[in-house]
Amino acid sequence: MSGIKDIMETSNLTEKRIKEYLAEGKRFDGRKPGEFREISIETGVSKKAEGSARVKIGKTEVIVGIKLDVSEPYPDSLDKGKLMVTSELLPLSSPRFESGPPRFPAIELGRLIDRAIRESKFIQFEKLCIKKGEKVWAVFIDIYSINDDGNLIDAAGIGALVALKTAKFPKYDEKNEKVLHEELTTKKIPLSKEIPIMVTVHKIGDNILVDPTLEEEDINEVRITIGGTTDGTIFSMQKGNPKEISIEDIYKILDLAEKTRKKVFLNIEKFLK
Amino acid sequence: MPTKQFKRSDGRKLDGIRAMEAKVGVVPNANGSAMFSFGDTIAIAAVYGPRKMHPQHKQDPEKGTLRCNYSMLSFSVSDRIRPGPNRRSTEISKITEWALEPVLMIKKYPNMAIDVHINILQANASTRCAGINAAALALAHAGIPMRDMVSSVSIGKIDKQLVVDLNKDEEDWEDGEGSTDIPITMTSHDGLTHIQLDGRITSKELKEAIELARKATKEIYEVQKKALKDSVKEIK
Repeated sequence: MSGIKDIMETSNLTEKRIKEYLAEGKRFDGRKPGEFREISIETGVSKKAEGSARVKIGKTEVIVGIKLDVSEPYPDSLDKGKLMVTSELLPLSSPRFESGPPRFPAIELGRLIDRAIRESKFIQFEKLCIKKGEKVWAVFIDIYSINDDGNLIDAAGIGALVALKTAKFPKYDEKNEKVLHEELTTKKIPLSKEIPIMVTVHKIGDNILVDPTLEEEDINEVRITIGGTTDGTIFSMQKGNPKEISIEDIYKILDLAEKTRKKVFLNIEKFLK
Repeated sequence: MPTKQFKRSDGRKLDGIRAMEAKVGVVPNANGSAMFSFGDTIAIAAVYGPRKMHPQHKQDPEKGTLRCNYSMLSFSVSDRIRPGPNRRSTEISKITEWALEPVLMIKKYPNMAIDVHINILQANASTRCAGINAAALALAHAGIPMRDMVSSVSIGKIDKQLVVDLNKDEEDWEDGEGSTDIPITMTSHDGLTHIQLDGRITSKELKEAIELARKATKEIYEVQKKALKDSVKEIK
């Protein structure tokens, strides 16, 4: 966000107060720096989707839908299914988002989720092959923001996991080469046991925190998104924002992210069974 | 560290960087320019500006705006890439801005734009790192005040072995734990301006990888410094 939109961003005064609070280990909404807002999850939010989920983290809300289709494999992996993750920051979800082709934040959001899921091998792509070199299942994960009050990335990450978990294959009419989206089978997407949970850690002044509200997100200096398991394996990582950070701070961030992944997992565990 | 010696396909040492080449002034029209290569990976970068920001509504009265544009030439890889921006290049462009801006004294240029165009002529992995190295050189060559230089390198984990400066064969490694790619950019004073990761790694290994990057970027920094110094000699 920059330029004319600055007028809607967190004011210098608020920034000063947020930092004063953080210096004492406090936040405006009473949370500790390492604490998430309440996470609530609803599945099956769109009957037409093969799988879907609504995730709320505080006032932040995203909807994630899964569609499955049959398509040609990529030339470099003839016997593996495909994954496409896209995201749209809907104008309805924030006065800051405008319609039109996706801008960088939407592109990055999709790619962050894509990489955590792809690199973790959460989806067992080798089981999505129908006929080698000709037909494979393609998994589409589409993310939409419904209300942006900070931390869309982590909300989208949770949404993608839960939606994948609930998705069911549509019937495939092999003779006529048609996917019957109206007739869902009971077959689920083959997923591995290692669950890639995404946590973004933000640095404001000398403080690190997770799950920022929009005001906090506006003034963050560095953010690092990490996808990994609760037992410490990391699959993806990306630093955002034009500020440098010390190696020591990176270590602190890695530790906080790992702790937070465990907490997030406990919150969403029952939706991942 | 595993005791078994892992052999790299091009015979390099585990912490060996491919032959580097750096040169500034490769695009005479630009305010600053440079090429940087890691073996077969070649990047060129050109800086235009600081110049007035257009469109005008994008002007920032508090500081200048760094705009990077990373693009692979269509014939830089085996399977031709459709020319023009895609999601990957859009992301790398932004990452490059984030990697460079911390060292730029950009507050000196309110309402101005500094455009950095990066093109990959030939790709054998680590293209974003080569691009960042070329861009940092081009910015220095353009005479834009900088607090420090930045240097970028990709650390890899092939199966269980950490290596420095991944090539394409290593990036595509599938056996064992497969390949993990960790591009990292640092200032010469150990400040980290960019890190990404794709693959599978423990936090302990990741910490080792960052330490390897710290050492490797020092080597790259020397190559960049030499390129800048050499360009001044020529003028004399």
